[in-house]
Amino acid sequence: MTIEVSLKHHFGTFSLDAAFALRRPGVTALFGPSGAGKTSIVQAIAGLLQPDEGRIVVNGRVVLDTQRGQVVPASARRIGYVFQDSRLFPHMSVEDNLLFGWRRARTRADSREIAHVIELLGLEQLIKRRPRHLSGGERQRTALGRALLSSPELLLLDEPMAAIDLARRSEILPYLERLRDEARLPMLYVSHAVDEVARLADEIVFLRDGKVQAQGTVFELMPMLDASAGSLIRAEISEHRADSLSVLRFAGGSLLVPRLAREAGAKLRVRIAATDIMLAREEPRAISANNVLPCLVFSLADKTGAHVDVTLLCGPTQLVARITRSSAERLGIVPGVPVFAIVKAVTVDPQVSA
Amino acid sequence: MTELFTGAEAEALLLSLRIAGVAVFTALPFAFAAALLLARTQFPGKVLVDGLIHLPLVLPPVAVGYLLLMALGTRAGLGAFLYENFGIRFVFSWTGAALAAGLITFPFQVRAIRLSLESADKGLSDAAKTLGAGTFDRLFNVTLPLAFPGIVAGLITAFAASLGEFGAIITFVSNIPGETRTLPLAIYTALQTPGGEAEAARLSALSILLALIFMTLGEFAARRARAPQ
Repeated sequence: MTIEVSLKHHFGTFSLDAAFALRRPGVTALFGPSGAGKTSIVQAIAGLLQPDEGRIVVNGRVVLDTQRGQVVPASARRIGYVFQDSRLFPHMSVEDNLLFGWRRARTRADSREIAHVIELLGLEQLIKRRPRHLSGGERQRTALGRALLSSPELLLLDEPMAAIDLARRSEILPYLERLRDEARLPMLYVSHAVDEVARLADEIVFLRDGKVQAQGTVFELMPMLDASAGSLIRAEISEHRADSLSVLRFAGGSLLVPRLAREAGAKLRVRIAATDIMLAREEPRAISANNVLPCLVFSLADKTGAHVDVTLLCGPTQLVARITRSSAERLGIVPGVPVFAIVKAVTVDPQVSA
Repeated sequence: MTELFTGAEAEALLLSLRIAGVAVFTALPFAFAAALLLARTQFPGKVLVDGLIHLPLVLPPVAVGYLLLMALGTRAGLGAFLYENFGIRFVFSWTGAALAAGLITFPFQVRAIRLSLESADKGLSDAAKTLGAGTFDRLFNVTLPLAFPGIVAGLITAFAASLGEFGAIITFVSNIPGETRTLPLAIYTALQTPGGEAEAARLSALSILLALIFMTLGEFAARRARAPQ
């Protein structure tokens, strides 16, 4: 499967000039600050916005080619769209909403697949309700199911959690992860939230001022996007210890974390915030932190201000630590010197396929 | 009914209801199209079209009746054409009264439908697009159902206003008992007749009652139209 996108569009002083490709199922995050042109891109892909110039090919099917004057209308593109504000049809039940696209799909999911989507999104109890009686998270799950059941070849998610308050995001995030882990469909996930991207994305297309700045895997690009988000590491549970701790092994070392509810061998994503790493030139003794990793200083981010971001290599794995400039000078932190990274806290994301 | 009202009065009542009913239901598809045009599209001259649609609201009804007579009288251009080719005659006929009432109350329907179309998110139509719904599919399955409360509110208000239409009807189709003599025309006739005050009072009371019933229904429907879905 391949999705190729190339777009040029001008509105007012803003100009969009972006090209990228999705080559495998899974989540590609279209990431960038507000106003970078993310929503315009997904609208153009869906056919809700006509770009000045562009070419979009979905699995060999050209849905837009302005040069040849080819424009497939949105209703015939078979590209699913989950909007920020869910846009459920208020005059229909959850069930009728879910089946709206299904009834119009060229290849229809059978009843077993419908049941699967309903179960996957936890909608069994809501099926007869009207959208006005749903919470924000339930609404977005319904919108997600509705888009999935229209059997799209590509699913666009435009900040599906932006309209949901932080506390209720847990109503939808695990469902998005389950969907990602089934990995049957390419998904383009618009977001400006680093933590969402770190948790969900396989690939990142980094957009700024209407242009693609970088594209790569989430592990490659994460440190570049926002150092305060820190490092994203692929890890595997190697054992559960008797003292209620679990050992996570990654390329270059291992971490001790409070016991995880997954069996040994499970693959996970581990995030370490840059501010949660302290540096020491000598191996610290008599210290409460469980995780002290020997590393080499790779580079120092050239930042002005009180802080400096230090990129470390722990074996092949990159870590980022944020320390004060004065500490860096006092400890003589320059590229190449060996240091010990004292990890104060790690976040473990549930994840089937890291 | 027969004890309270004379046969002629009952006739005027039933005729009024029939004329108002035919007027608003015939005007409805046109009103919906006009509302859709005003709510969902941008085009040069939109202000002018908007003004034209609302003209009957501010024009003296007698003038509207006169214009209809000019256009559709059997000796006028369009009227003669319709009469000679299709045998359709509006003047001196209850269908002409319905036409006049429908035209006068047209803006009420357009306004109500337009408001409900504007409050119904255009985004829902976009969502339907991405789910594979074409233009007419979206119109019938998304836009129309969402505009439904507005349509009902507009119908009721226009119906109530049609019952009271006087100037356009008497100018265009005259005051013929059993054909074009609706309630307001019957009241006017009673007042012109010596000793007709009692009849005029009864018919006025009836008009007040009808107006109250339909205004209440209209208000109820309008509230439903505004309520979040």
